[in-house]
Amino acid sequence: MSTTDSPVHQQVDRAVAWSPSQREQERTLIRRAITRRRILVSTISSLTVLAAVTAVILKSPGWTVVKTTFFDLHYGISVAHLVTRGLITNIELTIIASIAIGIFSLLLALARTSRSAALTPLRFLATAYVDIFRGIPLILVILLVGFGVPALQLQGITSNVFVLGTTAIVLTYSAYVAEVLRSGILSIHPSQRAAARSLGLSHHQTMRHVVLPQAVRRVVPPLLNDFISLLKDTGLVSILGVVDAVRAGQIESSRTFNYTPYVVAAVLFLIITIPLTRYTDYVLMKSINRQNAQGSA
Amino acid sequence: MNVLELHNLRKSFGSELVLSEISLAVPEHTATVLIGASGSGKSTLLRCINLLDSIDDGQIILDGQEISDPKIDVDVVRRKLGMVFQAFNLFPHKTVLENITLAPIKVHGLSRDEAHHAALELLKRFDLADKADQYPDRLSGGQQQRVAIIRSLAVKPRLLLLDEVTSALDPVLVNEVLSVVRDLKQDGITMVLATHEMGFATQVADEVCFLENGLIIERGSADQVIHNPTMTQTQDFLRRVHEAGRL
Repeated sequence: MSTTDSPVHQQVDRAVAWSPSQREQERTLIRRAITRRRILVSTISSLTVLAAVTAVILKSPGWTVVKTTFFDLHYGISVAHLVTRGLITNIELTIIASIAIGIFSLLLALARTSRSAALTPLRFLATAYVDIFRGIPLILVILLVGFGVPALQLQGITSNVFVLGTTAIVLTYSAYVAEVLRSGILSIHPSQRAAARSLGLSHHQTMRHVVLPQAVRRVVPPLLNDFISLLKDTGLVSILGVVDAVRAGQIESSRTFNYTPYVVAAVLFLIITIPLTRYTDYVLMKSINRQNAQGSA
Repeated sequence: MNVLELHNLRKSFGSELVLSEISLAVPEHTATVLIGASGSGKSTLLRCINLLDSIDDGQIILDGQEISDPKIDVDVVRRKLGMVFQAFNLFPHKTVLENITLAPIKVHGLSRDEAHHAALELLKRFDLADKADQYPDRLSGGQQQRVAIIRSLAVKPRLLLLDEVTSALDPVLVNEVLSVVRDLKQDGITMVLATHEMGFATQVADEVCFLENGLIIERGSADQVIHNPTMTQTQDFLRRVHEAGRL
């Protein structure tokens, strides 16, 4: 080792002047060969499976019937605009419901995690609420609210099925989302609270400025999952007579005894949900990477 | 005048007694240093003073007011106290500047401009001005702890509590944090601190208390307690610290 060069200089020179050794060049070639073989094998196996599945479907005796009953392209295109109009109702419902769910579930989660003596009854009520609405099938809540509430013939209560259906979904989903938010709140380390309180922040201020922002960020991936489920479950309000994508498909299909309109509705849902699912995956991976980076720091 | 007085403090977690017969007087502009092995009760004592943990018996008096009174408003008491933690406990979703200005704005009612101005002055003084808009995870441990100290200073506390502020740091980063604490001592800030750094304790302490099993075994000047201890427990502890190469 040269005694005149400072260690810092040596490092810089080495970084600039580096060229791979003979051995490293050999290894690079081997790695490339392995990669090429892997790609070849996976391509051949994928194509083989795909070809086999296609052949089985097309050669099966019922395929012609299946094709005309479920996958009638011309009929599908002709009803697409009706189903799309229905889907817009689903999207409207999803947006309105998710805002209401956001507010209501946050209140539920805060009530359940509060430790103040004055809020004891509220905490009890919130826990009971979550237990009940997480335990009842959504379709029952929709039937109870959608058909049961108008049957009371109360003054001032709407009989608009869109409003009642949305209400039923908000009631159920708030219970789920409240639990997600609560788990986020509980996952924030007590030392964060201690630091905030030691600065003189009240319980309320600590929640608002320190705990909740971190908690919500941490549960974004499960919240996105619930959002996707919500979009799909808005299809259930069709049983109340709301003309959404499902109902629009049903009306057409019962007119012609062809099930292509249902498939059109399914495809339209997928056009929205698949990108959302991919996005959720991406957000999840990002948050996992961030947590791992923090853990190693 | 004593900023802080403790009279016969007692604290247990379940059946385990963690603090017993703790009495202490901290005059203005002085530093009281708590030494002792992990689990001796140093951190618990600091948390009790800050009312983060409740006490079982005794009195805590801050500026002549008994703050161990159950009717006291803890948020008002804590406005007079600053606390720095072993693990920094910075808010990871807030920038350095936001970490420092949160309490001045929300608790002490400063305007954003006033709070930012004061925070930037402090950051400048401790060579962290260029980090104002960074998030804590972009900072080294030493920088994070200095930000945490500034955060607790920004509310101009009557008393600063420092809980083993260098224990989570790389050896090479310890000194940059300790020199900040030395500066604060020069400024005349009253403080109670727990530390394992005996050299540092000797430099800043007006009084050193050696704790073992929740009791103050020996107290006095650094010269007495650290360099000429009379109690065998203190001697044992310091010998072990010495053997670990930390003296």
